Amino acid sequence: MDNIQKKLQTKSKATFQDYFGKGICYLCIGMIILLVTCILYFIASKGIATFTKDKVNVFDFLTKTNWNPGATDSHGRPDVGALPMIVTSFSVTLLAAVLATPFALGVAIFMSEFSSKGGSKILQPVIELLVGIPSVVYGFIGLSVVVPFIRGIFGGTGFGILSGTLVLFVMILPTITSLSVDSLRAVPMYYREASLALGATRWQTIYKVILRAAIPGLLTAIIFGMARAFGEALAVQMVIGNAALMPTSLVSPASTLTSKLTTDIGNTVMGTLPNNALWSLALILLLMSLFLNLLVKFIGKRGRF
Amino acid sequence: MKQYNLNDSYITEIPGKRALSTKDLQVYYGDNHAIFDANLIFPRFQITSLIGASGSGKSTFLRCLNRMNDKIAKVDGQILYRNVDINSDKINVYEVRQHIGMVFQRPNPFAKSIKENITFALKNAGITKKDALEERLESSLKSAALWDEVKDNLSKSALALSGGQQQRLCIARSIAMRPDILLLDEPASALDPISTSKIEDTLNDLKKDYTIIIVTHNLQQASRISDYTAFFHLGHVIEYNTTAHVFTNPKMQATEDYVSGNFG
Amino acid sequence: MNAKKMDHLATGIIYFLVGVVILLLVAILSYILFNGVPDISWKFLTSAAQSFSAGGGIRDQLFNSLYLLLLTIIVSLPIGLGAGIYLAEYSTDNWFTDLIRTSVEVLSSLPSVVVGLFGYLVFVIKLNLGFSILSGAIALTFFNLPLLTRNIEESLRSVPNLQREAGMSLGLSHWKTTTKIVLPAALPGILTGLILSAGRIFGEAAALIYTAGQSAPTVDYTNWNIFSATSFLNPMRPAETLAVHIWKVNTESVTPDAKLISSASSAVLIIVILIFNLGARYLGNKLYKKITATK
Repeated sequence: MDNIQKKLQTKSKATFQDYFGKGICYLCIGMIILLVTCILYFIASKGIATFTKDKVNVFDFLTKTNWNPGATDSHGRPDVGALPMIVTSFSVTLLAAVLATPFALGVAIFMSEFSSKGGSKILQPVIELLVGIPSVVYGFIGLSVVVPFIRGIFGGTGFGILSGTLVLFVMILPTITSLSVDSLRAVPMYYREASLALGATRWQTIYKVILRAAIPGLLTAIIFGMARAFGEALAVQMVIGNAALMPTSLVSPASTLTSKLTTDIGNTVMGTLPNNALWSLALILLLMSLFLNLLVKFIGKRGRF
Repeated sequence: MKQYNLNDSYITEIPGKRALSTKDLQVYYGDNHAIFDANLIFPRFQITSLIGASGSGKSTFLRCLNRMNDKIAKVDGQILYRNVDINSDKINVYEVRQHIGMVFQRPNPFAKSIKENITFALKNAGITKKDALEERLESSLKSAALWDEVKDNLSKSALALSGGQQQRLCIARSIAMRPDILLLDEPASALDPISTSKIEDTLNDLKKDYTIIIVTHNLQQASRISDYTAFFHLGHVIEYNTTAHVFTNPKMQATEDYVSGNFG
Repeated sequence: MNAKKMDHLATGIIYFLVGVVILLLVAILSYILFNGVPDISWKFLTSAAQSFSAGGGIRDQLFNSLYLLLLTIIVSLPIGLGAGIYLAEYSTDNWFTDLIRTSVEVLSSLPSVVVGLFGYLVFVIKLNLGFSILSGAIALTFFNLPLLTRNIEESLRSVPNLQREAGMSLGLSHWKTTTKIVLPAALPGILTGLILSAGRIFGEAAALIYTAGQSAPTVDYTNWNIFSATSFLNPMRPAETLAVHIWKVNTESVTPDAKLISSASSAVLIIVILIFNLGARYLGNKLYKKITATK
C-alpha cells in the first residue's frame, strides 16, 4: 500500500479539527440549554413553594384582592391575593397594545406601501433608535412629563394605569412597527400588481389584499409588543404608583406584577412567605411569556405564504 | 421529449492507465433517484467531458467524485481511486479532496488577496516554507495563464479581478494543491467568449500533468477540448466513447438526437 | 362612499398617524437632549456621585456601565459564536435543532426582571458571588445570547454557499472552512449586530438592580490589581450602572438635584447609544467594502 493509499484511509489533522470544532459548538449549545433549564427550574420551584410549603390555595392566590403577605386574615391564612397585580398588568398591556396598534400599522403601511425610498430611509433608523432607548429613560420621561400632565387633567397623584399605559404605548410602538413592516414587505409584489391591475385603488389593495395576506405576521408583531409591555419593569414601576390595590380607576395608584417584584424583592427575606409569594408573581410572568411565545409559534405555523 | 430505452447503453473500453473509475454508482436526493448504475472509467492525463441536458445528472455525478455531495445526497456504489474505494465511510474526505480538486460553475475566490487565495490551503496542508509557497504561487498562476496579468499586484483583493480572471484564479488555486485529478463543473458558463477560450487553452496545457473531467453543456466546447465524452440522460450514462465517435458516429439514438440538437 | 374618496380618506388618516408618531419621536428626543445636554459638563462626567447633596457626577456609573458591557461581551460572544456556527453550519432539521431554537426563543422572550431575579437567586445568593459586576454580566448574558446567536447565524447563512464549497474542495476541514473563510466573510454583519446589542445592554437596568447591585463604592482608578477590593477592575465588587443610577435617583434617593442628574444621565445614555448605532452602521459598511473590494 503506498503512502497516498494509506493517507486516504487514516484520519488526518483536518478530521480532528472537525471533531474539535463540533465539540466546541456542542459545548456552547449545551450552555444555552443549561441556562434555559436552570432559569425555568429555579423560578418554577421557587414560585411553587408558596403553594406547597406555605400551603396557600392557588385559587385564592389568583382571585383574592388583598396583598399583605406579612399579615394573616381572620381565618389565620396569609393575605396573598395577587389579583390586583394581575389585573393591572393585563390592563396596561392590553390598553397599550390597543393604543399602539393603529399608530404602528399606520407607520408600517406608510413605510412599506406609500413611501418612495426617502420616507422609510428616514423612518427606519428612527424606529430602530426608539427600540434602543433604555426603559429607565422612558420611565424618567414618564415621571417628569406624563405623570404631572395626568395630575393636571384628572387630579390625584397622576400615578396609575393611565400613565403606565402611555409610557408603554411609546415603548412598544417601535417594536410593533418594525415587525409589521417586515410582514407587510414579505407579501409578494405580484399580490399588489394583480390587485392594482384589476382596477382596485391603493387603499382597497392595502385593506383587502395586503393586510389580509399579512395577518399572521401582524398578529405576531402585536403579540411581541404585548410581551414587551407585560414584562417591562422599571418604566412602569416609576409611573404606576406601586400600591398593591385593586385599581378603581385609570388614575389611581396601582401595581403590576413586575413593579411589585422590583419594589419588594429586596425588602423580603429569602425563604419566608412574603418572599415566596413574590416568586410566585415571577412565575406568573414567566408562564405568561412562555404562553405568548407558544402563541407566536402557533400563528407562525399556520400562516406561511 | 422522445422516450428512449434508458437501460440500453454503449460504454467503450478504455485503453491505457486509468485515473478514476466508478462502479454501480447510485445517487439519491431523498426519495428521488438521481443517478442509476453509473459505470465509468476515466483515463489518465486525458480530458473527459460529461455532457447532457439540464437535469441529466452530470453535475451530480461529478460532485460525487470528490465527495462534495456528502451532506446533500446519499451516494451508493464504489468510486475507485488508486485501488481504494473513496466512497466508503471510513475514507478521509479531506485527503480525497486534496488529490481530486474541483472548480465550480461560478468563480468563487475567497475574500482574501490573490496570493492568500493560492497559499491559504497550502499552508493548511502543511506547506509553510516561504520559498516553497512562492514557487507554488508562481507556477500555479502560470499554469492557469494568469501570472502575467497579476504578478505585480499579488496582494490585491481577489474580488477586484474580472470574472474570467477570478475563474482562472480558482483553477490556479486548485492546481496549486498538485492534485491528480481536476474536476470542473461548467467552468466557463458564467464567462464571456474571450475568457472562455483562455480557459480552454489553459485546460489543454494542463492535460499533460492532470487528469481532467469537465461538465459542460456547450457541445462545441466538449468537442474542442476533450478526448473522451460521456453522455448522460435522465440519470443514466447512455454513451461513453472517444469524443470523435460520440459526435460523429454516435451508437445510441438518444446521443445522436442530443448532439444534433434535437433536444436539450 | 366611493372607492376613490375612501382611498383619499385612508391616505389622509395614515399621514396623520405617521405625523403624530414623528412628532412624538422628535418630542422625546428633544426633551431628553435639550434638558440633559446643557447639564453635561466635564465635571459631571468625572466626579463621583453624591447621596445627600447636590453636585454629584456619574464617573463611577459611566465606567461601571462600560466595564459591565465589556465583561458581558467577553462572556456571551464565545457562546453565541459557537451556537450560531452550530445552527448555521452543522445543524440538520431534527428535534435537537428544534430544541435549540426553542431555547433561544425562550431566552429572548424572558422579561428582564425575571432574569434579574434569577441572577439574584442563583449567582448572588446560591453561588455566593454577591452583588457584583460578574453576577451582572452573567445576567446580561441571558439577554445578549439570543440576540447574538441569531445575528451570527443569519450573518453566516448570508455568506454564499460557493465559499464553503471552495474551502471544502481544497481539502480544508469543515471547521477550518467555517472559521477561516465563512466567518471572515460574515464579519461585517456580525460586528454590526454585536454593537447594536451592546447598545441594548448598555441601557438595561431591571436585570441589574439585584445582580450588579445599586451601589457604586469608591474605587481606585490607579489600582490595576483585579483581585484587590478597591481596584476599578475587580469584577467581584458591586457596581451601579448609569441606567440603574437613573432609576435609583428617581425612586429611592434623597439627592436634591435628582432631576438634573437624571436628565443629564439620560442624555449621556442616549448619546452613547446613538454613537453605538451610527458606529455599527459605519463600521459594518466600511468592513463590508474592504472585504468585497468595492470602492
